[in-house]
Amino acid sequence: MTQSPSKQIDHYVKSYNSFLSEISGNSPTWLGDLRANGMKHFQNLGLPIERRGNEEWKYTDVRPISRIDFDTPADISSVDANALTNITFGDSNWPCLIFLDGIYSEKLSNLSGLPSEIVALNLPEAVNKYPDITREHLSQHAPYHDNGFAALNTAFINDGAFVYVKEEASLNEPLRLLFISTSRVQESISNPRILIVTGNNSQATIIEGYAGISDTPYLSNSVTEIVVGQGSNLKYYKTQIQDNNAFHITNTHVLLQRDSYMSSVNIDLGGRLVRNNLNVITGDENASCKLNGLYMVTGSQHVDNQVIIDHAKPYTTSRELYKGILDGKSRSVFHGSIIVREGAEKVNAHQVDKNLLLSDEAEADTKPAFWIYCDDVKCGHGAACGQMDDTALFYLRSRGIDEQSAKRMLTQAFVNEIIEGIENESYRLHISELVQGMLQDWLTA
Amino acid sequence: MLDISNLHASIDNNEILKGINLKVQPGEIHAIMGPNGSGKSTLANVLAGHPSFTVTSGEATLNKENLLKMLPEERARAGVFLCFQHPVEVSGVRLDHFMRAGYNAIQKSRGKEEMDVLKFDRMLNEKVQIVEMDRNLIKRAVNEGFSGGEKKRNEILQMAVYEPTLSILDEPDSGLDVDALRIVANGINQLRTPEKSIILVTHYQRILNYVVPDKVHVLINGRIVKSGDKDLAKEIEERGYDWIETDIQASK
Repeated sequence: MTQSPSKQIDHYVKSYNSFLSEISGNSPTWLGDLRANGMKHFQNLGLPIERRGNEEWKYTDVRPISRIDFDTPADISSVDANALTNITFGDSNWPCLIFLDGIYSEKLSNLSGLPSEIVALNLPEAVNKYPDITREHLSQHAPYHDNGFAALNTAFINDGAFVYVKEEASLNEPLRLLFISTSRVQESISNPRILIVTGNNSQATIIEGYAGISDTPYLSNSVTEIVVGQGSNLKYYKTQIQDNNAFHITNTHVLLQRDSYMSSVNIDLGGRLVRNNLNVITGDENASCKLNGLYMVTGSQHVDNQVIIDHAKPYTTSRELYKGILDGKSRSVFHGSIIVREGAEKVNAHQVDKNLLLSDEAEADTKPAFWIYCDDVKCGHGAACGQMDDTALFYLRSRGIDEQSAKRMLTQAFVNEIIEGIENESYRLHISELVQGMLQDWLTA
Repeated sequence: MLDISNLHASIDNNEILKGINLKVQPGEIHAIMGPNGSGKSTLANVLAGHPSFTVTSGEATLNKENLLKMLPEERARAGVFLCFQHPVEVSGVRLDHFMRAGYNAIQKSRGKEEMDVLKFDRMLNEKVQIVEMDRNLIKRAVNEGFSGGEKKRNEILQMAVYEPTLSILDEPDSGLDVDALRIVANGINQLRTPEKSIILVTHYQRILNYVVPDKVHVLINGRIVKSGDKDLAKEIEERGYDWIETDIQASK
């Protein structure tokens, strides 16, 4: 892998050293070692700015990130709570952990309604209270030896969200994990870290939300690790409504245990440069997942989704549907890989990516890849990329519907498939309103 | 009501309509017949404002208003309705929502009250009977998974909902079996009034046994070459189109 300029690595080494002195003495040895390893790998890797021959980053240029020396905030910024009232990610009464620039805000978080079968804590507290679970899983699922962003995040592990859903727990109300960037003066970086472990036969809904109230560019560089227990059902809704000067990088690694199911919906509605890596391993028989995604970009926004499903065991199923709406000079990348390991018989995998281009200058790249090392499997994929259907548009207009409304109806219809896949009704309505509002703005310009 | 004079239209610089003249009075049904590729569907689409076609010269007015200057939606609001030969499937848009959006857009443009969901549903429940259509279909996505016959009936259902001044039916009979043809024709007949006019584009005389036209025009190579009453359609059924073309050649 390539090196980012040494000047930039030096910048983060300096940040790392002052970060260590800020948090000195508060962590067990294993965690200290983990951070040191993260930093060591980051110094080797740097950021993936070299794209030639680098298939993973071929379509996404992260040099704009490498050109800025992002500051690592040491203290929680003073934020007017009123500025956050519109950032709800669903019902504002649902329990939540809130992080400002990566630092836990006890004051803004609300765990009063949290049932006793679910544990939600700031990571340092979890390391003390649940040493076995945190040590067993933290950084065990998200590799950082080959990924500069994940290495950087690992070096700066401190505050973060820890969620533990106990065995047999059944939770209807979603838990929200919200990460808000507030950089006001200096460009800042946050390294959100999330660990979600669900016990056997449990059910839960977790929302991971990202937003910004910032006047300067900022970088949100998160790593999420999820272990879904045997026979469990997890609904995981990751949504970002970042500012249009935000760099948003996420690495999400999921391990599905026997008979478990995860429904994931990844929604990108903001950000200047967005890259999501989602890696799911169906780690035992009869595990299945539905991975849906929606991205809406305009102007010069760039969004890149890399999804890898690793069917490690037989009788596992995956369904993947990503849809994008692109306007302006925006660009999207969808790179979906499906791996079926040797001996993983009866795997059933299906992947679809569809893009609707609202302007001539927008561009969508979609690239499916299958790595199949087993005979008895069923895999399929579909990809589509096109302008709005003129025939349908004329059909609607011929019934008296004006052009803008007709375009809105057709675009709305295009995204409905994703929105209707959000099982939680309140959250579905929340996202539907956000999307409708955006389409209203885009299509009445 | 409708007055078309010397209408020329082309697609991708290919002239399809080469001087159409046609007058339709209130309450009249005009059948337009002709061989494949003669320009029948083009005429229907040009009148509805399909953006793929360019009108190169000529005029078309509806109640003295210039149709050709209007957007497709403005024509619908002026009372023009196109019954599509191949109705498009619009996934993700529910048929009843779509019809109400169109209906209310037209109402609004005429300064009339828009209809709420309950009233509209009640109206639809009556209208579906005109075309003997399964009531469940109106809750599904527009034309998605509809059979050929269901798509055609859906077009006539919409004609019943919008109550247009001028309906242009582009081969409403194509691909239908006898039963479906009877249902579609019955629907059209129920919507006949002394004020409203219909242009019925068809390849075959079959539907004209049910929907009896006042006038029949034969369109060949972009021009109306022969007009007559319903007997002309019967003659075409027996003799085909060749004799008309031969007659034209001979008269030149």
